[in-house]
Parts: sequence; C-alpha cells; structure tokens
Amino acid sequence: MSNIKLTNSYNRSKLHPHKFALYVSLASIIMMFAGLTSAFVVRRAAGNWLEFYMPNQFYYSAVVIVLSSLSVHFSIRAYKKGNEALYKLFMILAAILGFSFMILQYQGWLTLDAGGIAIDGNPSGSFVYAISGLHAAHVLGGIAVLLVCVLRAFTTTFKVTERRLIRLEISAIYWHFVDILWLYLLFFMIWQM
Amino acid sequence: MSEVLVKNYDTEKLIKESGYDDHFHEHHHGDKYQSNFIMTYIFSMDHKIIARQFLITGMIWALIGAAMSIIFRLQLGFPDSNMAWLKPLLGKWINMDNGVGTLDPNFYYALVTMHGTIIVFMVLTAGLSGTFSNLLIPLQLGARDMASPFMNMLSYWFFFLSSVIMFYSLFIATGPFSGGWTGYPPLSALPQASDGSGAGATLWIVSLVFFVVSVLLGGVNYITTVLNLRTKGMSLWRMPLTIWAFFITAIIGLLSFPVLASAFFLLTFDRSLGTSFFLNEIVIKGQILDYAGGSPILFQHLFWFLGHPEVYIIILPAMGLTSEVLSVHARKPIFGYRAMVISILAIAFLSFIVWAHHMFMAGVNPFISNIFVIFTLIIAVPSAVKVFNWITTLYGGNIRLNTPMLFAIGFVSLFISGGLTGIFLGNSAIDIQLHDTYFVIAHFHIVMGVAAFFGMFAGIYHWYPKMFGRFMNETLGKIHFWGTMIGAYAIFWPMHYTGLAGVPRRYYKFDIFDAFGQFTELNMFITVSAAIVFGLQVLFVINFFRSIWFGRKVKSINPWGANTLEWTTPIHAGHGNWPGNLPTVHRWAYDYGKDGYEFIPQHVPVSEDESEVH
Repeated sequence: MSNIKLTNSYNRSKLHPHKFALYVSLASIIMMFAGLTSAFVVRRAAGNWLEFYMPNQFYYSAVVIVLSSLSVHFSIRAYKKGNEALYKLFMILAAILGFSFMILQYQGWLTLDAGGIAIDGNPSGSFVYAISGLHAAHVLGGIAVLLVCVLRAFTTTFKVTERRLIRLEISAIYWHFVDILWLYLLFFMIWQM
Repeated sequence: MSEVLVKNYDTEKLIKESGYDDHFHEHHHGDKYQSNFIMTYIFSMDHKIIARQFLITGMIWALIGAAMSIIFRLQLGFPDSNMAWLKPLLGKWINMDNGVGTLDPNFYYALVTMHGTIIVFMVLTAGLSGTFSNLLIPLQLGARDMASPFMNMLSYWFFFLSSVIMFYSLFIATGPFSGGWTGYPPLSALPQASDGSGAGATLWIVSLVFFVVSVLLGGVNYITTVLNLRTKGMSLWRMPLTIWAFFITAIIGLLSFPVLASAFFLLTFDRSLGTSFFLNEIVIKGQILDYAGGSPILFQHLFWFLGHPEVYIIILPAMGLTSEVLSVHARKPIFGYRAMVISILAIAFLSFIVWAHHMFMAGVNPFISNIFVIFTLIIAVPSAVKVFNWITTLYGGNIRLNTPMLFAIGFVSLFISGGLTGIFLGNSAIDIQLHDTYFVIAHFHIVMGVAAFFGMFAGIYHWYPKMFGRFMNETLGKIHFWGTMIGAYAIFWPMHYTGLAGVPRRYYKFDIFDAFGQFTELNMFITVSAAIVFGLQVLFVINFFRSIWFGRKVKSINPWGANTLEWTTPIHAGHGNWPGNLPTVHRWAYDYGKDGYEFIPQHVPVSEDESEVH
C-alpha cells in the first residue's frame, strides 16, 4: 500500500496522517447523518406525524455497543502493556458484542413492524428505519474492521510495534465513533418523538 | 526603465545542498509498484498518472456532454427540420413519419438531463478538481505523493465505475434518466412517471453514489496531504493560491456531498420500499398512488445543500488556476494574496447558507427567502474582491499574451459577466419573473460553466509541459481561445433577452407560444454558434492528443519562469517527484519583479539585501 514516508521530523502536527484522514472522513459521515436528522426535523414540523415509542431493543443495543467500545478500549490498553491474552480476549469480546448489536437492531425493527410501524407507513416510522438502517450499515463496516483486528491478533506473532498500535487505534476510533453516533441518534429520536 | 535582472541559482545544486532529506529513495520498494505497464499506467498510485486519468476521462465526458447539447440545440434552433440524418446515431429516438425524422420529446428531456449531470459532475468536478488537485497538490507543496496513494487510486476507479454506469444508462431501452439534473421527485422517485424514471433513474442514482464515494476518497486525501505533507518552510501562508483553492474545495465537497448521499438514500427508499419521504398524494394516469405525507421540497433542501456548494466546488479550482496563471504570465505578484485567501474562505462559508435561493419559487416561506437573499448578495463581496485583485494583478504587468494567459483573462471576463446576472437572480422578487427561464441558463452557463472551462483550459495549456513534457500548439490554442470566447458570448448573451421575455427553460418547442415566435432567428443563431464552438473544442482535443506525441519539446525545467515547486522537478518527473532531496521553501510563490529581479522561485534562499520577505 502506501510507500510514502508520512511523518517528517519538522512536522509540528503530532497526529498521524492516517488518523487525521479518518477524522476528516468522520466529518463527512457526520454530515450525512446531520442531513438525515435535519430532514427529520423539517418533515416533523410539517405535521401529519405519527409519534411512537422506540422499541426496547434499541436501548439494549445502546448498552451493548457501549460495552463493545469499552472492550476495544481495554484490548488496546492490554496490547500496550504487552498482555497478549487480555488483548485477544477483549478483541473477540468486542466483535461478539458488535454482532449482538446488529441482532438487537434487527429485533428492534421486527418489534417496530409488529407494533404497526411499517417501513412504508407514516414518514415518522420510515425515518426511524432509514436512520437506524444507515447507521447499521456503518456498524457493519466497523464489524468488518474488528474482524480484521481479531484475525491479525490471532494470525500474527504478538509484538508491540508503533505501526500496529496505530492500526489498532484507527480501528478503535471508528468503532467508538459508530458507538457515539448511535447514542446520539437514539437520543435524537426519543427527544423528537 | 530599470533593467530586468535575472536571479542566478542552480536548482539541482540548491536541492542537493539545502534540500530536505527524507530518505525516500533509500526505500528501494518505493518504485516497485511502477514496475510494469499495468501498474504504471492503469492501476497507478502515482498522483501524476491519476491526474492524467481524471483529465482524459473528463475530456471524453466533455465531448459526450457537449455533443448532447448540440443535438438539443438543433431541436431548439430548427424545430421543424428533418432530423432523419441523426437516425444512425440516435436510432429509435428519432421518430420517423413519412420520411421526416423528429427528435423524440422524451429523449430531448433525457439529453437535457444528461448534459447537466455530465458537465457538472463528470467534467467540472472530477475532470477539473480531480485533475489539478492530483497534479498540483503534491508537486506544489513539495510532497512525494498524496497521503494515501492507494485511496487516491480508488478515488479514480470509483469515478471510472460511476462513469461506466452512467455511460451504460445512455443505451438502455427506456433511455437514460430524464427528470432534470437536479433529480427532483416525483419524476425521480416514481418509476412509472416517465420513460427515464425507471431503469434510467436507478442507474443515474447508483452512478452518482459511486461518484460521491470518489469525491470523498479524493477529498480526504487532498485535505490530509495539504495539512500533513508540506515540505520544510511551506507554511500555509506561503502556499500558492491554487493549493488554497483545492484545499477549500475539498473541504466543501467533504461536507456537502454526504448530504446528497443522504438524499439519494431516502430517494431509494421511496423508489424501492414504498416509503413516502418525498411523495404525497399522487395520481398517475388516473391511478391514485398509495403515498401520503411526504414532501418534494424536502428533497430540494437536501439536494441544494449539496447543489449550491457544488458550484463553488466547480469554480474555486478554476479561480485558483486563474490566479496562478495570471500572476506567472503578468510577471507580477498576485495582488492582495491574503485577501484572495480570505475571500476563498468567505465564499466557502457563505456557500453553505444560501442554498434556498434555488428554491424561491418552490413554495419556501417568503420570509425565510429574505435571509437567503441577503446571504446570496453578500457573496458578491468576496467575489468582487477576487475580480478586483485579478485586474490589479494585470495592471502594469509585463503581460505575455499566450494561450494560458488568454484563457485566464477570459475567465475573469466571463466571471464578471455571469456574476452580474447573479445579482439579479439572487433577489427573490426578481426571481418571480426570471426563475426557470433562459436568463437562468445564461447566468449559470457563463459564470460557472464556460468560466470554469476557461479556468480548466488555462490550467491545461499552462501545466501541459509538466504533464507531458511538451507544449501544446500555440496557434491552434489561440484559435481555440478566440473562437470559444466570442462563441460563448454569442451563445449565451442572446439568452438573457429570451429569458427576460419569459421563455422557459427545458421546453421541447415553442410553436404554440405566439409571443416567442420573435426569437426563432435568435434561436437559430444560438444553435449555429454552439455548433461552431463545439467544433473548436474538437480542435482543442486534437491539439491535446497530437501534442502528446508531436508537440514542441520542453527544453528547460522551468519553461514559464514560474516560482512554484513543480518547476523544480525533472521535466519527466518519476515516482517520488524529486530524484534526491525534497526542495525546501524560503519564500511565498509570488516573488515576481521583486528588487528588479524577474522572478525568484520559492526554493531560492532569501539573500540579505532583499526588501521584504513573505
């Protein structure tokens, strides 16, 4: 991949360019959801809007994804300390919790549908499906990243290097991001209903 | 008259002795990915090759998009003529009746739609910003390549994929999307709304989603490279204005394109899952549809939240290229460098809070319109600052009237002409008369269509020696310029009058409107002008490709006597751009005519007797 030497000794910026690039990308994901949530607000203000409660699974999934984020955090801490077993354990745990999040979201959609909030019904329900669906797509990307982390943790010989730490940290930043994003979206939808 | 001095310096020696050693060439794997034809020219990760890929793909699209405009101009200029001769090209889209061929009205709408989509996205976004951001950001900043060459390659290939899908949509049985380049629902949301709203619209949406991905991958790279990979001494305030323009363009793109993706996401829900985000109580062909509660205005808000910044995504790179070309060929520092940067920033900021001026007549609350009117008119301030500075840069300059310079001056002319009509259209009251007329067509074609093309041409003629190691033919270039300059005004100037008279845009023919009969000859004149201008662009393309092999060779590394770093690389710069050390920067890029010296490049150290140092 990149063969370009990315850090120069005269660079004042302490931030790794790949990390910086990730932050820039996150800004564009934020804009995407800002677009959706402001569309939600505008549409709601226009009336003919059905109000309903979020399914319980959405709250459970929020807890699960926060726990998953914590696992990633502990995994990286263990990695830095050279604790191989804990590093691997927490990484797997994070991936499993990530999967559980997806299952809970799916259950949440089923509950919504069973409760009469169909995807093609009132736009208020459609928005909840669309927003949580697009978020889930971003979580899927995050799970893929976590799986790569797990794979690398188990296939490579354990060694603490700067390069690997940066990779791990970049993966973690994205995972924390989709975590916080869900908390925001859930809070937003509860507050707007 | 004081004598013009020439600064003595030896670039090779300077870079060798005082350059920055980043140990780049000690990593022998650095050149590995260019070891065979496929990796060098096709799946290349070298920013210079990717720039050329963007440029040539953009040129192909420009020819297709322009040819479409000629076909619908034929319809508008000569609505009663026999178009049977186009049958071999357009096939079933020419309706035959007793040997007389007419253009299918549905296909007319498809042509208008695709012309807009292609020129706005494929040519003036990817072809302009993609080409020159890629070429110049690493070269002018003294970087080996982009922050992530791999992502950069992906950016091109997503654009390519998007292009293939869009191109394919031109050939499907129901025709390409025909609901206007803005893709407003319900035409874009209901497959049964028109021929092009079915598979054509699906392909259009899919293609543009890949296009957004390409823009984002490119943008992340441009921003990261500008902020992280500048060579030693290249502070932000020493960057050439080209880089400032590309940098801010990338930021605008990164913040606005995702919102378009959101709009397409919801649109796809409406198309496939039966939701009603943008649809409300619709009857088609006597059939009442099951949609309720949606708002098509919502789509317009989301679309124009991208759509307006998009015009600055198109025009800012052209402005940057123009600033650089004007300064180099006027042999003068750009007037008001900081004011130029600040006006770019101001334009970028304002671009996000004026989108509803595209929707004054769409049912937006008139009181909200007032706010958008005010911000829209404020854009005139930074724009005027820029125009003033370009003209003062030219004032008293030792001007070389070569092709790139002519196009840069042409850009300024067009930007003024088109900008002035923007002040008319920015007023919501005047917009009641002018909206959706040819006045709007004339305005935006001059200010961001032709002007952006002129910026692009200035850039191509100026940096062609850097891209291909040869010059383009100057005589053909001048014919290209004068023909296009006069032709562009001949096409769009009359449209102001038809627009003021209320002639609506996007109409297939006007034979039932007696009032517009007076414009029949004018429309013929516009069409003939457009055909001639199209011929001149073909001439440009011929010149471009011919010069790759037969152009006059570049003999020295700095043929224009320019100050920026790209002219310190070898004529055919290899991977990593500089063979040894990276050049270090000691001054800004605009030391022209300083202390009697004609020009002092950025990598030349400051001597003790210099009057001022930027």
